[in-house]
Amino acid sequence: MAKVQGAIKVNNEVCKGCQVCMPVCLENVIEMSKAVNRKGYHFAYMAKPEACTGCTNCAIVCPDRAISVYRVKVSD
Amino acid sequence: MEVLDIIKPENQVFCKTKLMTDCALSYCPGCGHGTAHNLTMEVIDEMGIVEDTIGVAPVGCSVLAYDFMNIDMTQAAHGRAPALATAISRLWPDKYVFTYQGDGDLAAIGTAETIHACNRGENIVIIFINNGIYGMTGGQMAPTTLEGMKSSTSPYGRDIKTMGAPLKITELVAQLPGTYYVTRQSVHTHKNVRKAKKAIRMAFENIKLKKGLSFVEIVSNCNSGWKMTPNDANNWMEENMFPYFPLGDIKVDGKLK
Repeated sequence: MAKVQGAIKVNNEVCKGCQVCMPVCLENVIEMSKAVNRKGYHFAYMAKPEACTGCTNCAIVCPDRAISVYRVKVSD
Repeated sequence: MEVLDIIKPENQVFCKTKLMTDCALSYCPGCGHGTAHNLTMEVIDEMGIVEDTIGVAPVGCSVLAYDFMNIDMTQAAHGRAPALATAISRLWPDKYVFTYQGDGDLAAIGTAETIHACNRGENIVIIFINNGIYGMTGGQMAPTTLEGMKSSTSPYGRDIKTMGAPLKITELVAQLPGTYYVTRQSVHTHKNVRKAKKAIRMAFENIKLKKGLSFVEIVSNCNSGWKMTPNDANNWMEENMFPYFPLGDIKVDGKLK
C-alpha cells in the first residue's frame, strides 16, 4: 500500500516560538526545542519525524512562514 | 526513510511565497497579521497578477506592510486607505488595487472613507483585520472591542451604556448597494486559513468582473493586547469573538445571504 511520509524544515532564526503549529498538527509531531535562537525564542522542531504526513497544516498557520514541508510516497 | 532523504527540493510541497520579502515580520509571535499577509501574497502569486497589483498599507500594526510585501505598495494617512485606493483604481482601471487595514484604521478614524468607498462600489478589495483592540499603540479600546472586554482605556471592561456596542462594520457595509462580496473569515486554524484564502482569491477575481467592492474581514487575535499566549488567545477568540462576529459569507454576488 502506498503511504506518504512527510518532513518539515523549520527556519530556526525566523521561528518566534508562538506554538500555533502545535495544536493543528494531527499527529502531534511538533514540539518546542529547549534551545533558543538568536532572538531568544524556543523554536519548533520535529519531535516525532516518523509520524509526519506532510499535510502542510503547520506551515499554513505559521504567521512567519518558518516551516517548509516536504512529502514523498513510500511503499512498504 | 530518513528525514534528510525527504528534505530535497523535488519533494517540497510548501514553502514561503517569493512575494514576501526576507524582512523579519515586526508582529508579535502568533499574530494573525503574518498569516493574512502571506495568504494575500500567495493569492496574488497564484493568480499571476503581481505586475498589475497595487496595495495600500494603513496606519497601525501593519503600517510596515510595504516592507514585507514584495509588490508595488503605497501608504495612506490614518484611515484614508479606501480613498487612496479609489484614486489609484480610477486612474488605472485595469490594476488590482487592495487595501489592508486594521479595525482602528478602518472602523474608527476611517469609517467615513470606508463607508463611502463601499457605497460608491469602487473596484477594489478591502482586507480588514479585526482583533478588537488597538494593538500597535498599547491595547486601547477600539470600536470592535467586545462588551466587558478589558483594555487599557476600559480597565473595568467595555460598558455598553457609556461606550456603545461593538461596531459590526462588516454587516454595515454589506447593506450598501456598492459592495459585491462581503465575508468574514479567520486564520487561526488550518481549516480557517484555507477558507480565508479562498475568500481572498474570490475577492481578487471580482476585480476582474468590475462589479463592485469586495470586503474580506479576518477576525484575528492580539495576544499582546489581550495579555494571553497565542494559543490561549485563539481559544478566547473562538469562545468570545465568534459568537458576536460569526464567520461566513455575508454577501455573495451582490446578494445578502
